[in-house]
Amino acid sequence: MTVRPAESADRPAGTLDASRPAGVPTSRSGRVGRSAPAPGSGGTPRPAGLRTRWLVAGVVAVLVALVAGVSLGPVSLPPGSVAAELINLLPGVHLESGLTEREIAIVTELRLPRVVLGLLVGGLLALAGGCYQGVFRNPLADPYLLGVAAGAGLAVTAVIALGAGAGGALTGIPVTIPLAAFVGSLGAVALTYLLGAAGGRDRSPATLILAGVAVSAFLAAGQTYLLQRHSESIQQVYSWLLGRLATAGWHDVLLILPYFVLTAVVVLLHRRELDVLSVGDDEATSLGLHPQRSRYLLIAAASLGTAAAVSASGLIGFVGIIVPHTVRLLAGSSYRVILPLSMLFGGAFLALTDVVARTAAAPAEIPIGVVTALLGGPFFVLVLRTARRVFT
Amino acid sequence: MSVPAVEVRELRVTLGGAPILAGVDLSVAVGEWVTVIGPNGAGKSTLLRAVGGLLSAPGAVSLFGTPIQSLRRRDRARVVATVAQSPVVPAGMSVLDYVLLGRTPYIPPLGRESAADLAAVHEVLDRLDLGGFGRRELATLSGGERQRVFLARALAQGATLLLLDEPTSALDIGHQQEVLELVDQLRREHGLTVLATMHDLSVAGEYADRMVLLADGRVAAVGPPQEVLTETLLARHYRARVRVIPGEHGPLVVPVRPR
Repeated sequence: MTVRPAESADRPAGTLDASRPAGVPTSRSGRVGRSAPAPGSGGTPRPAGLRTRWLVAGVVAVLVALVAGVSLGPVSLPPGSVAAELINLLPGVHLESGLTEREIAIVTELRLPRVVLGLLVGGLLALAGGCYQGVFRNPLADPYLLGVAAGAGLAVTAVIALGAGAGGALTGIPVTIPLAAFVGSLGAVALTYLLGAAGGRDRSPATLILAGVAVSAFLAAGQTYLLQRHSESIQQVYSWLLGRLATAGWHDVLLILPYFVLTAVVVLLHRRELDVLSVGDDEATSLGLHPQRSRYLLIAAASLGTAAAVSASGLIGFVGIIVPHTVRLLAGSSYRVILPLSMLFGGAFLALTDVVARTAAAPAEIPIGVVTALLGGPFFVLVLRTARRVFT
Repeated sequence: MSVPAVEVRELRVTLGGAPILAGVDLSVAVGEWVTVIGPNGAGKSTLLRAVGGLLSAPGAVSLFGTPIQSLRRRDRARVVATVAQSPVVPAGMSVLDYVLLGRTPYIPPLGRESAADLAAVHEVLDRLDLGGFGRRELATLSGGERQRVFLARALAQGATLLLLDEPTSALDIGHQQEVLELVDQLRREHGLTVLATMHDLSVAGEYADRMVLLADGRVAAVGPPQEVLTETLLARHYRARVRVIPGEHGPLVVPVRPR
């Protein structure tokens, strides 16, 4: 293809002038990109962004997971009645669901909080994973692989074992636990980042993950040591550690809800910046950004989300890598798409995984972390294969 | 005399203890094309980074009369745009989205692009003959096409000062000429100022109004190409044996094998 100078020579000269944007109309109605398809040619290309159909698909997935999660269990309830009962929770609505008082109690007091917790935890883990992948420009980043979850795990174990959280026992999560988890997760991600950066300028995506593995192993050793010294709390720590959504009702949901909102708002507001960061720090700087400042803020937000998820449900691995990558493959590689969809599909994914975890070996429950790891292991190999093709 | 687009005074940069630039002065007039040449490690890229604001050099660099450190990042990005030597090509990103990144200084920090931003991008794409490429994935383009997309992103920034770090090093001679002709044409049409670094001396001399020869972190020579591209200067600073032949648009530098 050659340049044809004549073609553009007659354009008005001022159009690329720096002064121009000052005179630009200030209307910023968001939907501009979707108007005005070019005649014939199948429309002008649109900038990457969340398409309505994907948003709808995400919301539908959440609703399906909600109804399925509440319906299925030791006592299966008809999904239609469950849906009616869920709608009844909205103010000013009353539908006849045909459920008995006892069944209604199962829905609202036992299963619903558990499913909602699954949605929140899954959404947080997937969102944090997508965010880490953007911040570190590393397709393999995940709260679990970066050692973030292990850091939170060590901190929570310390709190339980050293008795600071003993008051909460099994009746719910003490407020100290998410805070300890946050401190632990930030410490771990800082350690991983420093260790990964020690590889110098020519470090590959794998360097960071190796650093994360080393940090995880180190922190896990610390955790084991703590448990040895405080064997009376082993039972309590392990039931939490393996990942569980069995909750003490709405208490846990309410405890992590503020963290969920904060993380989601901060990360989703920066979704375009993550796209800019993907061209590298130098270019992001010359485009007017503070890459390091954005990076720290986003790491803090994603670590806060991870910490909240870990405090509520223990170590649930691979959600942060399975979900964002599936979204990337199906819906597009812009973080404006990946982040919101990861949150929705991550929630739906974990809520549905929980259904498997508590029905597959009923009446026993498989720890949900075991189920996600069984799915995630093979998936991770798949990501490694595609990542090698795309990113090197 | 009017305010120069770039004014560098006594620029000193030390990286990891080693002096890279040891007092460099440089002035680029508005609308001028200045190319920096020099042997490997002379500090060409560092000079460009300082002018682009990627290295802090307080008091040493002014753009259009304003000291660079007193410009806010976003404002600086509206004044000076850089095309790096080998820009990162994000996986899966379309040409349209890549060029749209150039509008970042105009998009509110947490907002999204406006119709005006999109219009500016489409205009730049058309101007660079990239109209049909909007949907294409950047990673699938050829070297010459990519270089035009990188240029498009810089132009979408609306900056009148363009910094080009080795803009043609990845291209064959046909595409080198194509890209440089394009830059020159844009410069004439829009009054852009160009500060570039280049390795190919003949090509550099054909397009530059003035050249700066950088050696060991200092300016060894500055002036029109025929004053900088001389057998003596090149022999001294590149330790190269060359023959300089007068050409139509500037001296042609031909390496000859030492006896």
